Amino acid sequence: MGPGIRLWFSPGRVREEGTTPDYRFSLANERTFLAWLRTGLALVGGGFAVDQFLPRLHGSLRLAFTVVLLVGGALCALRAVNHWVRCERAMRRGEDLPLSRFPAVLALCVGLLAVAVVVLTLIGWTN
Amino acid sequence: MGASQGAGRGGRAPRPTAERDPGLQPERTRLAWRRTVLSAAVVAVLAGRQVLRSGAPGPVEVTLAALVALVWVAFAVAADLRMRTMAAGRPAALPARLALLVAGCTVGLAAGGAALLLPGR
Repeated sequence: MGPGIRLWFSPGRVREEGTTPDYRFSLANERTFLAWLRTGLALVGGGFAVDQFLPRLHGSLRLAFTVVLLVGGALCALRAVNHWVRCERAMRRGEDLPLSRFPAVLALCVGLLAVAVVVLTLIGWTN
Repeated sequence: MGASQGAGRGGRAPRPTAERDPGLQPERTRLAWRRTVLSAAVVAVLAGRQVLRSGAPGPVEVTLAALVALVWVAFAVAADLRMRTMAAGRPAALPARLALLVAGCTVGLAAGGAALLLPGR
């Protein structure tokens, strides 16, 4: 994440480097950014949904799930911008696209969270 | 793209390929923006519902609901700006400012939602 952050606040600097890639690659990068942003939005929406539509879930558990989902969604959105900037820069410099553990980590977290909600609902850890 | 694209639909001669990308990249990107605005609308509605359920005093509730609406409008305006530039044959890359704005709106909704959780319990 490190060097990418500087580019957030001086985005014009990306354009100073390397050569402008084929516009289709930039658009593909933009769509990937939007897909990640939608993932973040879905997590935020899921956080609201857990709080609003699982009224029988134990209060502190519900709070924990909600906060985790909201924070996860916000992180996802920030990471979307970061990854987009890094990919754009890599394309301009003609480097390989950046690798990331984020998708695997996110998939694991979402999977664990979903299993937890199902199990807790089944064993009836509710009010 | 609007008018010229509409004209191309009625079985007329295809436009020169130099002008039109056969992969329809701008079109797909425009639809991706549309989907994203729709997702943001769903989240905004849920956030509004969250505000109404928070039990905050009336004026606070109204202010917060208006704020949620404003965030969504900012999101939609940014998306609309971007969708307009898709009309160009070779759209310029996404300005980082727009990317930051839409991501900021998402973070804002999440942070607002988290803040609403505090007083209620």
